[in-house]
Amino acid sequence: MHGFANPKRFLEIARWLTPTLLISGLIITAAALGWGYFRVPPDRLMGETVRILFLHVPSAWLGMGGWTAIAISSLVFLVWRHPLASLAARGAAVPGLVFTVICLATGSIWGRPTWGTWWVWDGRLTSMLVLMFLYIGYIALAQAVSRDGGSSRIPAIFGLVGAVNIPIINRSVVWWQSLHQPPSITMGKSAIDNEFLIPLLIAVLGFSLLFGGVVLARMRALLAEIQTEARLRRRALGAEVA
Amino acid sequence: MIGRLFLRDLALLMPGGKRGGSILPLLFFLAVAMLYPFAVGPDAQLLARTGGGVIWVAALLAAILPLDRLVAPDLEQGVFDQLALRGISEELALAVRMAAHWLSFAPLLLLAAIPAAALLSLDGETLRKVLLGLLAGTPGLAAIGVMIAALTAGLRGGAALSGLLLIPLAVPILIFGAGSLSRPDGAGIALAAAISLVLVAMTPFAAGAAIRAAREG
Repeated sequence: MHGFANPKRFLEIARWLTPTLLISGLIITAAALGWGYFRVPPDRLMGETVRILFLHVPSAWLGMGGWTAIAISSLVFLVWRHPLASLAARGAAVPGLVFTVICLATGSIWGRPTWGTWWVWDGRLTSMLVLMFLYIGYIALAQAVSRDGGSSRIPAIFGLVGAVNIPIINRSVVWWQSLHQPPSITMGKSAIDNEFLIPLLIAVLGFSLLFGGVVLARMRALLAEIQTEARLRRRALGAEVA
Repeated sequence: MIGRLFLRDLALLMPGGKRGGSILPLLFFLAVAMLYPFAVGPDAQLLARTGGGVIWVAALLAAILPLDRLVAPDLEQGVFDQLALRGISEELALAVRMAAHWLSFAPLLLLAAIPAAALLSLDGETLRKVLLGLLAGTPGLAAIGVMIAALTAGLRGGAALSGLLLIPLAVPILIFGAGSLSRPDGAGIALAAAISLVLVAMTPFAAGAAIRAAREG
């Protein structure tokens, strides 16, 4: 793993990996959503509204996955002080927030025809909403730290503390059962018919590739920012000496 | 040494101390409890049914106010560096600070909850539950407060940033604490106490790491 900690080596890999992930993610997502929206038959109970599943479920997984990525990168950064891990955590925050917001919005739109309400204070919805505010807090803290020149370990500590929420969201539908259904897909078995499951899994793959591509692109941008600042500082120092 | 540190922190944070702002959050707490009947009207039944939750929200908002004076001045004045030279770790210093912070606001908050309950026409049973819940939940609020104060100590984000960071972390305490009002058994209070214990155990390490990070830059 330490081999990848070298920013130069990382940039060499990221240069071709970023567009590969973004383009393949776009193609696979478009294919999965097209399949889900036009080829899958309407559900027996929910009718046409079931199609929002292909947008809702992958973004819910990635909303939670984003904070898991922040927590793991923050831990790696705090323990081994890998500078790239801190950039990875910061890179995962914005796409994680976007997917959480998509999940809440599509869930609300889906809830109106199937549950008869836009919003209900159920365990999973509430904890997803809390996750959204955690993302906003993390991004605000990371911005304040880079503006005021604080230590990048500060957002990492908040990322680890906030990870307490992830298992709560994951178990919430089991602990407090109300309107949101219990998990349909668990390790090794699925309550969803293959006709829905296969395009769903392809959509998850496509969204995950997109997520990875965005994180890499953000990391490259942050690295470039650091390099520019260092170069400007060196030039200013050189001008003073000369 | 630990005892003297605790007494110093307590003297600083108590009302009338050098940073004695802790009377202001309490007045703010009462002001919020007073605002609510203005906003929804003086219907005693409605107030009695929802007032317990309002007290919880007011307590949470009042917990945001003292955050910028809790840790930042000591970081600026190098108090933690001096303590570290004496062999007192940041973790220990912040655990002491957490205890002093709790003692400087929680007992007074419980006292202030009694007139607030009268303003919101709560009955004796609800007041008892509110007080027990706050007793179980305030250590957790104090812990989150010290943690957020340490994280934001070197930053110019101000109260808005602290509030944005504190609220999502405090939601579980609020859910279980305020949730205990509508339950006949004490399960909500027990869960709020459990979350408080987790936060109290976590805070010295998270806040200590934040102070060390701020020092090393």
